[in-house]
Amino acid sequence: MNRRAPATISPSEITPEAVFHDRRRILAALGATAIAVAGPSASSQAPAASTGRPPRSPPRYTRNTRWSSTEPPTAYEHVTSYNNFYEFGLDKPDPKANAQRFRTDPWSVEIGGEAELSGRFALEDLLAPHALEERIYRLRCVEAWSMVVPWLGLPLGDLLRRFKPTSKAKYVEFTTLLDPKQMPGQRARVLDWPYVEGLRIDEAMHPLALLVVGVYGQWLPNQNGAPLRLIVPWKYGFKSIKSIVRIRFTEKQPQTSWSRSAPDEYGFYANVNPAVHHPRWSQAKERRIGTGLLATRSDTLPFNGYAAEVASLYRGMDLRRHF
Amino acid sequence: MRVEQRYRLIYKPLVWLGALLPLALLLGRGFGLAGGSLGADPAEEILRTCGKTALNLLLLTLAVTPLRRLLQAPQLLRLRRLLGLFAFFYAVLHLLAYAVLELQFDWPVLGEDIVKRPYITLGFVAVLLLAALAATSTQRAMRRLGRRWQRLHWAIYPAALLGVWHFWWQVKADIRQPALYAAILTALLGWRLWWKRRAALTSTSGSSTTPGRT
Repeated sequence: MNRRAPATISPSEITPEAVFHDRRRILAALGATAIAVAGPSASSQAPAASTGRPPRSPPRYTRNTRWSSTEPPTAYEHVTSYNNFYEFGLDKPDPKANAQRFRTDPWSVEIGGEAELSGRFALEDLLAPHALEERIYRLRCVEAWSMVVPWLGLPLGDLLRRFKPTSKAKYVEFTTLLDPKQMPGQRARVLDWPYVEGLRIDEAMHPLALLVVGVYGQWLPNQNGAPLRLIVPWKYGFKSIKSIVRIRFTEKQPQTSWSRSAPDEYGFYANVNPAVHHPRWSQAKERRIGTGLLATRSDTLPFNGYAAEVASLYRGMDLRRHF
Repeated sequence: MRVEQRYRLIYKPLVWLGALLPLALLLGRGFGLAGGSLGADPAEEILRTCGKTALNLLLLTLAVTPLRRLLQAPQLLRLRRLLGLFAFFYAVLHLLAYAVLELQFDWPVLGEDIVKRPYITLGFVAVLLLAALAATSTQRAMRRLGRRWQRLHWAIYPAALLGVWHFWWQVKADIRQPALYAAILTALLGWRLWWKRRAALTSTSGSSTTPGRT
């Protein structure tokens, strides 16, 4: 398996020169200025989006090999047709079938809570100051299957820090769009909608935590959580919330959807852990999607193989209790 | 054509065809016929298809008796054993798919699952019950066991209950499908209670009406 030594340099330091010259960086500079000028109160009145925008150009990004797995990525076809996105249906092919007409543009994200800056921001303004990078991460679902996915995104912490979280910001809470008209799955009370997830602030600031806008060099398909989702590679997939419309810094631990639905089965932390079984099935092994019917199961690794990077976050914690 | 011939030449072959269709479709998809595929997670697809088909056939087996009465077609009994055996067949395929495709012959893990994971325990006990019924499904076993045969074959009720419970227990959040199965099973068992009560009432009132007539 592919276990990496802890990085000694931050991703921003290894951004190649090419990125510096590209269009995103120019936008980035503009965006940063806009936020700095607008400030907390005025920014909340910023229009959610402009109209008559030309179709989006393909994303510009650089490969971040330092944080990438060297395992072969799962086929695009599988990554985009085998999805758990209950807002669009419960079976794996449902999201692809039901999300095609989902409107992700315009999109805005409300950011608030225990931070000096807050407001509602158009997605493009929010992303503008950041360079996108591709990272190939393992993804381990709580249902004991896994993939390897080349995501495009930006370190979550880089974005969060722009809002200057206060000392009261102990956690970060994320919320998915609530729109039963567009999201047919929300018409059934399978979960308490909207979907809510959360991280402890140090988890959120960890350089592996990624805010994702694309996959396989393209913008996210709707079924993968467009236009903005989280990827926390050392946790079970359900922590990586999709189609985010709200990010809040909180003092108390957020009430997350699955832990509310079945507290004995899904904890707040949900770190990948082969030693702590789901009450109904083993987590010791995983099926790698796309490797065929008779492919051998591989051993699930502690923290999904990212133990060297993240295990220190949980020092002194009983991971059997805080599953 | 006489009734017996009709069953031998038409109805039974139809049951064979219908019961083998899910397996044929699964194989067709597995070999990529007509552009089909088993999707991104073929093991899971096979496991689910076999499990659900076993439950479908089990409920169909339990529907034979009520249908005989409602349709006044007592000959339907001739199809019951075949349906029950196919239910067992798919239950075994389901268990094999689990042992081979999911666990890849990891017997210690299978043993641990059967003992420690209640929903797997339920499913496993259901398969054992069905195996006992399949093993005693021949005419010879019927004759040899006499009255005890009937009592033994009541085990189909706990087997069906355990099967539906097993299905219910393994879903993550959406219980609508297992709830539907549970509702059908409740109706099938409820009908039997109602029928028994009615039969008891009519017999105490001195009527000689046989249960077959309405």
